[in-house]
Amino acid sequence: MVGLGADLDHLNIEEYLPEESIQAEPKKLHLNDFLDISPTLTEAAGAIIDDSFTRCFKSNPPEPWNWNIYLFPLWCLGVMIRYGLLFPLRLAILTAGWIVFFAAFLPVHFLWTGNTKWRCKIERKLVEMMCGVFVASWTGVVKYHGPRPSRRPQQVFVANHTSMIDFIILEQMTAFAVIMQKHPGWVGFIQKTILESVGCIWFNRTEAKDREIVARKLREHTQGADNNPLLIFPEGTCVNNQYTVMFKKGAFELGCAVCPVAIKYNKIFVDAFWNSKKQSFTMHLVRLMTSWAVVCDVWYLEPQYLRDGETPIEFAERIRGMIAARAGLKKVPWDGYLKYFRPSPKLTERKQQKFAESVLHRLEK
Amino acid sequence: MGNASSMLTQYDIDEVQEHSGYLFSQQEIVALYKRFCQLDRNAKGFISADEFLSIPEFSLNPLSQRLQRMLDGLNFKDFVAFLSSFSQKASPQQKMELIFRVYDVDSKGRVNLKDLLEVLRDLTGSFMSEEQREQVLNHMLEEAGYMRDASLVFDDFVKILGKSGMKMEVEVPID
Repeated sequence: MVGLGADLDHLNIEEYLPEESIQAEPKKLHLNDFLDISPTLTEAAGAIIDDSFTRCFKSNPPEPWNWNIYLFPLWCLGVMIRYGLLFPLRLAILTAGWIVFFAAFLPVHFLWTGNTKWRCKIERKLVEMMCGVFVASWTGVVKYHGPRPSRRPQQVFVANHTSMIDFIILEQMTAFAVIMQKHPGWVGFIQKTILESVGCIWFNRTEAKDREIVARKLREHTQGADNNPLLIFPEGTCVNNQYTVMFKKGAFELGCAVCPVAIKYNKIFVDAFWNSKKQSFTMHLVRLMTSWAVVCDVWYLEPQYLRDGETPIEFAERIRGMIAARAGLKKVPWDGYLKYFRPSPKLTERKQQKFAESVLHRLEK
Repeated sequence: MGNASSMLTQYDIDEVQEHSGYLFSQQEIVALYKRFCQLDRNAKGFISADEFLSIPEFSLNPLSQRLQRMLDGLNFKDFVAFLSSFSQKASPQQKMELIFRVYDVDSKGRVNLKDLLEVLRDLTGSFMSEEQREQVLNHMLEEAGYMRDASLVFDDFVKILGKSGMKMEVEVPID
């Protein structure tokens, strides 16, 4: 194990597993009790038929409503408008946005060497503007609830994660410095050249040593009063906005105020979940740009502090509970990194220990 | 993946239903096919052991290593046939057959002390010593009236397991 799954064993996973897995102890150990492995087999078959982990990353296919003779022409008209009119228009807006952005950003970034404070301010505004253009390119109907984030040291924002557009939606209101996975292609280029100027930190989730570097950078970033507020998606991966997977504890160990942000997409026009294994980010954007609109609610929740005697993991769970309740998401105990790694053997060991204890216990009598 | 069920014709469904002894309804087979396609990531037509183990809830199962030897490379027909033992309609006999197959993993028709030890090892891991395991098994076999070097055939399983009220059912979610 690479050690990344090691966080798993801190969670009380039994609470989430089906009841059958907690075996009632038979009174005395007989051969039939041992040969009857049906509870374990039932559990295995149950996981094969349906499991809560896969459900977290299932995209919902759009349901066409062209099922009768009256609706069909309407639906066709809709398709024509969406692909023939809206999409080119939006593409034009996006292109214009990029041109304006680069025309202003590049000179400021490379030529203005004098006043750093002003340069940062302008760059920040430009990034916010570009994110606004992006949101407009899918007719983002975003409702923001609660007070807007303010810039001060010793705070970190955490949000649930559905797609990279989460970042764009949050960024258009406030320039956050975000912690994100390194991406290839044009996204990687933007990460490298532009977003670094707002203080974003990149890492590669498969590199174990990147973790320490990121942890150190995080600490440094939260100390600086002038830095942009830090935004972390502690799930570490995109989830389909119906579930939330385990929060990584890194964001909760920094010793600063944690401000939860809950994001809920309305799937009425398009499913905003980015299934990165099936679709490139470009195709994901095209899908959003050919839909009528992206409807979404964002709640900025009250800042939370580590309570006395609370471990960072419990703290993370508490925040996850708040976000899940606000955005109406179901909690599952899985580490999102299980998409990339196998679970830690420790969980199997716990089941084995339980069984062994009951066997040994009865042997003594 | 889109509409996976459309690739399954009525004829296919009938065939799979027959192969699995009519233990699943047609709707259930369609639901299982969707799941099969989801697990068969590269649409090869079968599910590899590795893909089964990518389900965390499955890979955490103490018997997963043993089960994957039975499951590796299952096509859809055999996938359904395997799961049919967990249907509500399956007889206790069929359920016991599956349990027997798990013990008798190299299908020699008999289960000996070595097989029993292996399963107990899977279930208890490092939390029991090898001597303790042997001791427990000897104790149990003796109590049930078997010699320690006896090998159990399927009829013995029926006799032993017939007493315990076994509940081995998994519902197929239909949407």
